[in-house]
Amino acid sequence: MIANKLQVTLLTGRTIEQGVGKERGKASEEYIESVSVCYMDPEDLKRLGIKEKTNVQVSTEHGSVVVKAVKSLRGPHLGVIFIPYGPWANVVVNPETHGIGMPSFKGISAEVEPAPDKPLLSLEELLKEQFGKE
Amino acid sequence: MSVVKAVTCPVCGSLCDDIELTIEDDKIVKVKNGCAMCESKFLGYNSEHRFLKPLIRKNGKLVKTSLSEATKRAAEILAEANYPILYGWSSTSCEAMGVGLELAEEVGGVIDNTSTVCHGPSILSIQDVGIPSCTLGQIRHRADLVIYWGSNPWSAHPRHIDRYTAFSEGRFEKSAWKGYLTKIKASNVKKKIESAIRRVFFKQKPSAPPLLRAGPPPAILKEGRKLVVIDVRRTRSAEIADYFIQVPPNKDYELLQAFRALIRDQEIEVDEVAGVPVEYLEEIADVMIKCNFGILFFGLGLTMSMGKLRNIDAALSLIRDLNMRTKFAIMPMRGHFNVTGANTVFTWQTGFPYAVDFSLGYPRYNPGETSVVDILLRKESDSALIVASDPVANFPSKAVEHLVKNPLVVIDPHMNATAQMADVVFPSAFVGIETSGTAYRMDHVPLPLKKIVAPPRGVLSDQEILKRILSEVRKIRKRKQVEAS
Repeated sequence: MIANKLQVTLLTGRTIEQGVGKERGKASEEYIESVSVCYMDPEDLKRLGIKEKTNVQVSTEHGSVVVKAVKSLRGPHLGVIFIPYGPWANVVVNPETHGIGMPSFKGISAEVEPAPDKPLLSLEELLKEQFGKE
Repeated sequence: MSVVKAVTCPVCGSLCDDIELTIEDDKIVKVKNGCAMCESKFLGYNSEHRFLKPLIRKNGKLVKTSLSEATKRAAEILAEANYPILYGWSSTSCEAMGVGLELAEEVGGVIDNTSTVCHGPSILSIQDVGIPSCTLGQIRHRADLVIYWGSNPWSAHPRHIDRYTAFSEGRFEKSAWKGYLTKIKASNVKKKIESAIRRVFFKQKPSAPPLLRAGPPPAILKEGRKLVVIDVRRTRSAEIADYFIQVPPNKDYELLQAFRALIRDQEIEVDEVAGVPVEYLEEIADVMIKCNFGILFFGLGLTMSMGKLRNIDAALSLIRDLNMRTKFAIMPMRGHFNVTGANTVFTWQTGFPYAVDFSLGYPRYNPGETSVVDILLRKESDSALIVASDPVANFPSKAVEHLVKNPLVVIDPHMNATAQMADVVFPSAFVGIETSGTAYRMDHVPLPLKKIVAPPRGVLSDQEILKRILSEVRKIRKRKQVEAS
């Protein structure tokens, strides 16, 4: 059965593509493309009834962002989604530092739903939307 | 054309110092020995994303300006602030950090480095529990058991495994590389045969192999070096490993404490811990006790998940327990090439490794209060200087909101999200490529960073830019004192 949205656990972290992109330049296409994606288990993609490279909306109680769903080669991780560190992940991570200075970047409960009609924002658009500054 | 040997790579905390660069017309044209990130940095650093003139915000837009005007504006911003943040530091030289600390004291601000959002919890825990550690050379030559927990070196420290751990050829321990190649070949052949059988006899479409393997845990029977990975995802590092345990997100603490119980010969009265059958854990615990010299590397999987510093407490305590049975060491996998240097320089200058507050005139340290994310969330700072870092791309949005609301000065070689939102931006020379300096490897070994090629005309090092800002700040403060008296 196809679900409208899935309850998942969000992880953020490093990928080699993000590592290579950030060294090339934080404004480079490689970097932007490497951090505006969401790695999902192939089974989770099926449950949402979407194909790879469809835009999805990831929402947590801290925010909501549109990223591109990518089939994870690191499965199985049913119910776990992964967004590389970067401006897109920041919108949805948990800023709570539990009194020690460290925000909660991993293991955040989130909802993911297909958003084929919503656009993937560029870095400038995202920054403008988030902070009203270009 | 010339070749520069033994170059230290300024990308990650592994600080590989065997890079060979070919230089032609004062440009790097070839990189030997480096990983993908190293090559991307040395060949791509001078890309179109570089900016060469200082920028200043006028009428809402960043426009080019002179170095002296930018220095003046930056100094004014910092000198006029009541509670400025000076953040970044982990991707520059120790020498530049020294000037940064002086500047922080001068302006009475808070100086914090990127460990506040990576291994800050590890530091807090090390201060509580202590850390039995060693250098990476010891591990290369002697370690016969290597564990990566919540860390994916294949992506974040690509040469770590073959330079320092399981795949390195040590004096007393041999590389496990050949065994790994045989394993991969065998598994590829097996996959091909299975897929052929499925297609020919069962007329099935080609598909990925079934994901969950049933059956008893595969015992680690092999001789020699063993590699164990414990992580929330089956990363590429996990695929290389002799043994992989997949732990559900936020359950590391339980697993660590279960290992502690097993090491102390206590019986676990449940069938599974954190979703992992106890017999799997018993097997790893056996391997841990039986090794001659083990090492546990831990990454942000422990510091960023639920429990944070308590996860590290448990990991450090596990190693303490293990040292009653055999020899074991533990080390955090540090990310930025000089984040260890930032902690070291901060400590020898102020007494504290990060989150140092100078607002009372003397250094104070209380992560949770004086750490930069908390200050931003409480909306207390009134300006910021960011050096060699990109917090707009790496802090939670709620913290960034306050950062970009106030005057912001950025020193960085590349244009990044933070620089785009700044009021003053200085282009700087790349440390380890265009300017020399010192950096600390993740095991606290200091290594020299070389100047390979000249920086573009007019582009100064972080250290030089900071010195100019500091001298300008001192002038402004002196003028104010004279006016006040």
